[in-house]
Amino acid sequence: MTVLLELRGVDAAYGATAVLRSVTIEVPEGGMVALLGANGAGKTTTLRAICNMGVRVRGEIRFAGQRIDGQSTESIARRGIGHVPEGRGTFLSLTVEENLRLGSYLRRDRGVAGDLLRVFGYFPVLKKRLHQQAGTLSGGEQQMLAIGRALMSRPRLLLLDEPSFGLAPILVQEIFRILKVINQEERMSILLVEQNARLALDLVGQVFLLETGQVVASGPPQQIAADESVRRAYLGQ
Amino acid sequence: MSTVGEAATTTAGTANGAITGTTTGTRRLGGRWLGVLALLVIALVLPFLLSGYRIFQLTQITVYAVAILGLNLLTGFSGQISLGNGAFSAVGAYASSILMIKLGLPYWATPPLAGALCFVAGYLFGHPAARLEGLYLALATFALSIVMPQVLKLDTLEPWTGGTQGVYVTKPVSLLPELISDDQWLYFFCLAVAIVMFVVAWNIVRGRTGRALVALRDHPIGAGAMGIDTVSYKSVAFGVSAMYTGIAGSLGALVAGFISPDSFTYLLSIQFLVGGVVGGIASIFGTLVGAVFIELVPDLANKISESAPWAIYGVLLIVCMMMMPWGAAGLVHSARAWLARRSTRRTRS
Amino acid sequence: MQAFLHQLLSGLAMGSTYASVALALVMIFKATHQVNFAQGELAMFSTYVAFRLVGAGVPYWAAFVITLGFSFIAGIAIERLLMRRIQYASPLTAVIVFIGLLVIFNSMAGWIFSATTQVFPSPFEGPHAWYGTIYLSPHEVGMIGMTLVVLTIVFLFFRFTRLGLAMRAAAENPQSSRLVGIRVGWMLALGWGLASALGAVAGMMAAPKLGLEPNMMGGVILYGFAAALLGGIDNPWGAPIGGFIVGVLENLAGAYLVGSHLKQTLALALIVAVLVFKPSGLFGRTVVVRV
Repeated sequence: MTVLLELRGVDAAYGATAVLRSVTIEVPEGGMVALLGANGAGKTTTLRAICNMGVRVRGEIRFAGQRIDGQSTESIARRGIGHVPEGRGTFLSLTVEENLRLGSYLRRDRGVAGDLLRVFGYFPVLKKRLHQQAGTLSGGEQQMLAIGRALMSRPRLLLLDEPSFGLAPILVQEIFRILKVINQEERMSILLVEQNARLALDLVGQVFLLETGQVVASGPPQQIAADESVRRAYLGQ
Repeated sequence: MSTVGEAATTTAGTANGAITGTTTGTRRLGGRWLGVLALLVIALVLPFLLSGYRIFQLTQITVYAVAILGLNLLTGFSGQISLGNGAFSAVGAYASSILMIKLGLPYWATPPLAGALCFVAGYLFGHPAARLEGLYLALATFALSIVMPQVLKLDTLEPWTGGTQGVYVTKPVSLLPELISDDQWLYFFCLAVAIVMFVVAWNIVRGRTGRALVALRDHPIGAGAMGIDTVSYKSVAFGVSAMYTGIAGSLGALVAGFISPDSFTYLLSIQFLVGGVVGGIASIFGTLVGAVFIELVPDLANKISESAPWAIYGVLLIVCMMMMPWGAAGLVHSARAWLARRSTRRTRS
Repeated sequence: MQAFLHQLLSGLAMGSTYASVALALVMIFKATHQVNFAQGELAMFSTYVAFRLVGAGVPYWAAFVITLGFSFIAGIAIERLLMRRIQYASPLTAVIVFIGLLVIFNSMAGWIFSATTQVFPSPFEGPHAWYGTIYLSPHEVGMIGMTLVVLTIVFLFFRFTRLGLAMRAAAENPQSSRLVGIRVGWMLALGWGLASALGAVAGMMAAPKLGLEPNMMGGVILYGFAAALLGGIDNPWGAPIGGFIVGVLENLAGAYLVGSHLKQTLALALIVAVLVFKPSGLFGRTVVVRV
């Protein structure tokens, strides 16, 4: 199994404030990985470091074998990384359709129309609200739109920052089910940052646990879930 | 441009710490008082070392400093941008001349009266203007500075304003003609007024009003929630700013010896803004730098190129802003912070 | 009645210039949250370029297109070389930079070209001008027509092209735009280029009426700014509407109320009065901020 995304000994800081220390993470090709941890552990910072969004990075970040640390956000996106950021990053004043079209901004191939249909298949509500202003959508719908937009770029790696945030449990389950389908049917690798550890553990094949900017545990979900101290500290059991 | 407030906050943070009330330790404070003393000594001695035109420029700098201080109090501390302070300068200047010519008042009585009048005018303008934010307020104040010369040229006001031709103002005469020339006397008068205005500004900024204004600038909604009457404070801020600019105007009339509507075009308001920003918009120290800049740099530009001096001026403005985005005060603060970091590093190792 | 209509329509003609300038200002504002106060001087400078081209024998419309290209490139250059470096500074710093630019262009125009007023040609006058009426001179008809055509092209571009969508996205949410691969910096530069070209059109349309001299656009930029605010500084539809309103307002004020000396004063006073009652402009969105 080849490694698609690799962080090796990554330090990250906002200005003078160090957030991540010597973080090492791997996402295998076609795999699904969760990044868990308490609030403030540095999970979002990790995703932002990968995409070079306002974070100062030291260390190596490799995507498909090539170093991407230090490159501009847009060129990292062009390499095939789709990022659904914290807060969804929806273009609120644009329509649902325009948001999705922006997702496929880089693509010139003929598969765009087909992918749009597939996104409608996952999230039928987007088709219903196609010409509505994105800002008028509910939180859950905006989350679906954000994921749909990321899917429209047909990324090799999908980064998701707390997709469950602020959503009703039934909606969260639906979204997670769809993520599983996407991973299996479209062979898209996924790196998921979540506070909702329980759901994530059911979904993924590998877990990395962050505590105050450092990776303190990693392994298959069953192993992490079985670890007594980890369960107490992070999984609330 | 509702982020004028953010700009001022950053400059205030990067400018003299005392403005925002942060204590910097007795050693630093001592250093600051030393600096003020040095400035005072220089200010007192300079007129005896210079002559003629240079003294005029020095006096002009003092006057500009008061005007820019007025702008800084408004824009830097209460976060309201004004491109119309030139208009209040005109009110102060004309009020002064009318008081002297029509009512026969001595020159030294006119600045306080002109200041009081301008305070009222500023308050009255600021009250409705308090509803406007950022760019909208900029337009409203800019409109004021465009309108003022037109109003001053109106025929109906001519008996008071002298219309397009303007008014001559008698220059003050030295009371100690053997020791101090007329020019030097005028300079010392302006300097005295300026020192008083600076002390007053210092006290405003450090007192309750100052804190309320800063709260207003940084968190208008929170300030309102704490019971600060936003409109009142904003109007007062305008009034104070107008008062300062009006006093500067009245002094300026004495210095120039002549005023006309065309002395108070929108260019004057823009010059005040340039001085304020170049010096550092939320800094009292910055006003001096700004005043020196707007008085001396146009001459410098003229020396560099006689055919297109304003082009040189524009280039200098841009270069200044790129090198000192937070104004001179910001630069000083950054330098001090850098020095502080270096010295702590040394003591640690 | 006839005189009134004449003043009204004439006001629309000048208003078309204000409309173009206002739209140019709003375009740059939406992308950068800054108002390009130097827009007028840049337009004036471009108009001088056109003037020189025509004077050198280049046919009018060829000179027009070349001038558009010149101002487009100049706008991009200013953004890439200058504005990009100060994007993190305070808005007041940016204002001073704009003042600097304004002063540079004004001064350079006087120095390179001339300070005396020149007559700028109009492509709409002449024996072929069937469209002149008693209310509007042929050039005024052309001004309004050209502005409407240009505005339509601009709106179609932003609404229906991929690039226009990318520019709108970059203006609204630069971070998300980068995440979909848009080169936000170049989108801003493009916005500057388009705005400058728009300003050049305004300049070339207004010059025959105002007379070409370095201070030609001084009043125009003021009205353009006022119009943009009147329409709501973040509203690209409001800006041109505001421009036409201001044009008519100015003309009517001058013709019926106070005469040409004071019409600027009155127009500004009225606009400010409107703003006091509608602090975000006629069509502006009052932004609800969550604390």
